[in-house]
Amino acid sequence: MAFLEASGIVKRFANHLALNDVNISVPENSIYGLLGPNGAGKTTLIRIINKITGPDEGTLLFDGKPLRNSDIMKIGYLPEERGLYKKMKVGEQAVYLARLKGLSRNDALKRLKYWFEKFEIQPWWDKKVEELSKGMAQKVQFIVTILHEPQLLIFDEPFSGFDPVNATLLKEEILELKQKGATIIFSTHNMASVEELCDHITLINNGKAMIEGRTEQIRRGYRQNLVNIEFSGQREEVEKILKDNYELRNLNAVNDHFEAQVKMSEDQSLNNVLSGIIGHCTIHSCQELLPGMNDVFIQVVNQKEQPSQNQKS
Amino acid sequence: MSKISLIIEREYLSRVRKKSFIIMSILGPVLFAAMMVVPAWLASMEDDEVKTIAVIDHTNLYSGQIENTELLKFDFLDEESEEEIRSNFKESGYYAYLVIQDNLLKNPEAIRLYSDAQITMDAKGYVQRSLRDHLKNQKLQTYKMEGLENILSEINQINIEIPTVKIGEDGSEKQSSAELTMFVSMAFAFLSYMFIFIYGTQVMRGVMEEKTSRIVEVIVSSVKPFQLMMGKILGIAMVALTQILLWVVLTILIVTGVKAAFFPDSEMPSGTHAQIEMMQDQNPEAAQQIASMEDGFNFNNILEMVNSLEPLKTLLLFIFYFFGGYLLYSALFAAVGGAIDNESDQQQFMLPVTIPIIISLYVAMMTFRNPGSDVAFWFSMIPFTSPIVMMARIPFDVPLWQLLLSMALLVGGFIATTWFAGKIYRVGILMYGKKVDYKELWKWFRYSGD
Repeated sequence: MAFLEASGIVKRFANHLALNDVNISVPENSIYGLLGPNGAGKTTLIRIINKITGPDEGTLLFDGKPLRNSDIMKIGYLPEERGLYKKMKVGEQAVYLARLKGLSRNDALKRLKYWFEKFEIQPWWDKKVEELSKGMAQKVQFIVTILHEPQLLIFDEPFSGFDPVNATLLKEEILELKQKGATIIFSTHNMASVEELCDHITLINNGKAMIEGRTEQIRRGYRQNLVNIEFSGQREEVEKILKDNYELRNLNAVNDHFEAQVKMSEDQSLNNVLSGIIGHCTIHSCQELLPGMNDVFIQVVNQKEQPSQNQKS
Repeated sequence: MSKISLIIEREYLSRVRKKSFIIMSILGPVLFAAMMVVPAWLASMEDDEVKTIAVIDHTNLYSGQIENTELLKFDFLDEESEEEIRSNFKESGYYAYLVIQDNLLKNPEAIRLYSDAQITMDAKGYVQRSLRDHLKNQKLQTYKMEGLENILSEINQINIEIPTVKIGEDGSEKQSSAELTMFVSMAFAFLSYMFIFIYGTQVMRGVMEEKTSRIVEVIVSSVKPFQLMMGKILGIAMVALTQILLWVVLTILIVTGVKAAFFPDSEMPSGTHAQIEMMQDQNPEAAQQIASMEDGFNFNNILEMVNSLEPLKTLLLFIFYFFGGYLLYSALFAAVGGAIDNESDQQQFMLPVTIPIIISLYVAMMTFRNPGSDVAFWFSMIPFTSPIVMMARIPFDVPLWQLLLSMALLVGGFIATTWFAGKIYRVGILMYGKKVDYKELWKWFRYSGD
């Protein structure tokens, strides 16, 4: 069941179309990746979900009902452009932001105590934000985003500013939040984290949703019949067979064996390849290579870019 | 609503707790009190030094004609001592010496005052006046009138001071004070100007801080941009009120405290007595005027004069116009803060906002002289200038319909600017790294969406 459903979203700015009939459907309790190059319209879409701006056309369903103003209390948003009041003390500021999200002072203090202990940052409570490093401030920001235990979390580039250790910590927290039942929208350029975390994705380009679906399916959809074969034995023979019958992308010596990347045509299968070379070598392993999200991203953005889509109004 | 109050609370507390606010709250009253107390104190300090001036009169016409005062003593010496004093001035102990060479009625330039230091205005003025009075009398005596002594003493007593009386609509008379009215008018106009400027700029800085620190998007995901803007404007308005209140209370406390400690005998609440004394040396006519005005200042008269200004009505109007003006301008300042990315862009957008404020102050200055003029009337109607210009007019009595019209226009004015500013603010705060010009602002203003 879709927790958040946006259909037919159109948003016009003075002379360009930021969102052109975008539909997304975020399943409950999933991590949903919102991808796209800079300026594609991701942030505009996120702002519409947060009720920061309104769409010109289209509807939003939140938990099955039209999105209302009071629903933003159930949303936690970590914007890409984020910051804190520099002159304010960390604890005081966290309480203020939590109260703006509807928590009482006591609840806010109780929950903050838990999270500050968990992230081992209690000593910062009375420090001013300007004394913190960027990574430290990001941790505080993350806590404030999730403190009111929202049903929907929106993270825009959450890993920027984190070192690898803290990025891993953050990743674990995000997965834990999902386990506790939250639905998470995740906007990033970091394709490795998309592959790792996202169940579903939508790729937006020029204000249009280009592809949508489960991450695995999308990667399969873009497979190129590429296999990786590890073998040892007669290199020349194998190379000749592969070259004559298939498209040989690569053949390298790795340690004591060889690795070959072979692209097959539509009517060929891995069985053909293996039976052709099996007499000349020992096969250690073979594996179909699925394209990374990175490749999918680049392919989609480059292929389907049509200049006419930038409408004038 | 509860969210707006949260924002107001933060804006208020974060400013009131600042060191600069606390320092200003203490320093302001100290300065105000000093303005009242220091002249009196200085006057009482200067009093103790007695200066002696030697007079060397080659004509022997003027000996004994300059009377000693508390501070200035005159020694009339003979002609021979001139050389001695000139060569030995330091040791002589005189402050200055006066040399008269000829009959001053015939040759007014035959007089010099010498000293090794710059001679004070007081001393020079006193000598000048004494001799002038003496010469006038001498000249009169040459006409050989009968009873001249009496005539002279009568002439010297002539003085005029016109009490101003305000006629109420029912024909009743109230004593008023033109000086007091003008002073109050000036003070209110200037206070409005100062506070609109200082606190309007604070709103702008606050908005810029939120934008440059990038916290604004975090906050507008919890509250509407308009709520954030209004919360900030109202929070800072409370800071302004707190500041005014602290200044008034602390100034009164300091002045009464200082008075009780150092001037227990003085009846006058301020340094006017001392000022009169100082002025008497320099400008007896003006001093007399003030003194006679002060003589009329018994408690009942003061009360009547203040009452003629209707203090409660004036105060309420001041609060209304201050708030109206502040709301109108701070909304515009908020829009400017939201539109710009850095301090260097500030100037070009600040200018159109500050020009009307500055013009109002100039018009207010003219208003003190001619409160009923057309210029004063029109500028007290336009919402952009009325908070300052109307405050300058109010002590001079403004017809009720004009007052009501001006107030209605001001309310309409700040609703319009707040609405206009809200639209620009909403778009501007989420716009980063974009070069903004007026065309761009107009585009933002026309964006739809809620």
